[in-house]
Amino acid sequence: MVTTSDIWRWLEEVSDPEIPVLTVVDLGVIRSVETDGTNAHIVITPTYSGCPAMKMIEDQIIEKLKEKGVDMCTVDLTLSPAWTTDWITEEGKNKLREYGIAPPENEPDKMVLFAKPTVVPCPKCGSSNTRMISLFGSTACKAHYQCNDCLEPYDYFKCLR
Amino acid sequence: MNEAHVDFVLRIADDSLILGHRLSEWCGHGPILEEDIAMTNIALDLIGQATSLLNHAAALQGEGKTGDDLAFLRFDRQYRNLLLVEQPNGDFGMTMMRQFLFDAYRTILFERLQSSSDEMIAAIAEKSLKETKYHLKHSSEWVIRLGDGTEESHNRIQESLNTLWRYTNELFYADAVDDEMRNAGILPDLSELREQWEKTVNHVFDEATLTIPTNNWKQEGGRKGMHSEHLGYILAEMQYMQRAYPNMEW
Repeated sequence: MVTTSDIWRWLEEVSDPEIPVLTVVDLGVIRSVETDGTNAHIVITPTYSGCPAMKMIEDQIIEKLKEKGVDMCTVDLTLSPAWTTDWITEEGKNKLREYGIAPPENEPDKMVLFAKPTVVPCPKCGSSNTRMISLFGSTACKAHYQCNDCLEPYDYFKCLR
Repeated sequence: MNEAHVDFVLRIADDSLILGHRLSEWCGHGPILEEDIAMTNIALDLIGQATSLLNHAAALQGEGKTGDDLAFLRFDRQYRNLLLVEQPNGDFGMTMMRQFLFDAYRTILFERLQSSSDEMIAAIAEKSLKETKYHLKHSSEWVIRLGDGTEESHNRIQESLNTLWRYTNELFYADAVDDEMRNAGILPDLSELREQWEKTVNHVFDEATLTIPTNNWKQEGGRKGMHSEHLGYILAEMQYMQRAYPNMEW
């Protein structure tokens, strides 16, 4: 008899294809998990509209559950409520930092044009003397920063609200 | 099927699709690596939005078509995008100016559409707005940097503004489709859309030391399917694979 908590635990073994240090649970893209004891129904939400990893995440979830003995698993996609970086777990944020990616900072609303760029501490040396290189980085969800002290170039997981 | 409803969704969808395709033309050609990545990231957001919107339009049509069918198998007169978004990339400044004029409009539109009675549109607007805010921040900063930069960059981006300004009136195009959508609560009141857009645009042009052209000649037609010659070339490239190898997938 499969329970929802079993499924949540198994989903912690499914990593994000683009940031493998995070699981899909850390990332907060799993919106709901249901089971009747045999089959499973899971709802996921994309981080960004064009996130190319969604299909792969879906396939990996189905594959993982099959491996655990759940043969029938359906995965649906929902857009609302829209994903926000506030849903990344604390554990996820720590994992990002250890991996060398600065986790999302508490940022002002982007609608405020000409706001000063957010201070994003360097994940390597912790210095706040850093600069934004580009608002867009190696994936849709990241910006590109550099530390002025230790010179480390690093990704910043952009705050999305 | 409600024709006005489908038309309304296609207008928003095609703006994303065509601008996303235009921006993707920069892939591998950006002036610096960071901008190459930025423009393709923005293109990806736009294509993602187009996917959601076109799937929704296909579902509303109820003819068993998919979003892909609508993206790749319509003829030029069936596209409903703004003339602005189909204009050629030109130089980097031209691309940023086109993007800025559009982003300033899009952020306000998506803000309003979050309260649409069409729940799918409201959900897509809520999702897309978060992305569009980043696009606007990026494009407005470049317009300022180039406008308030060197004599060369100033002159070139002023020239881009002179070229593109004639397509901005169409951002506020409204016809019977809009009336019907407003009555159905699908399209919220947009009466202050233009005023708000002008506020953002004037603010940024002020910082950028750019002047809005005094020539008031305006061109429109995209919302009714009457496009500039440029759309045909975009479609020829975009649709090639499906036209040459019908139903192919990978």
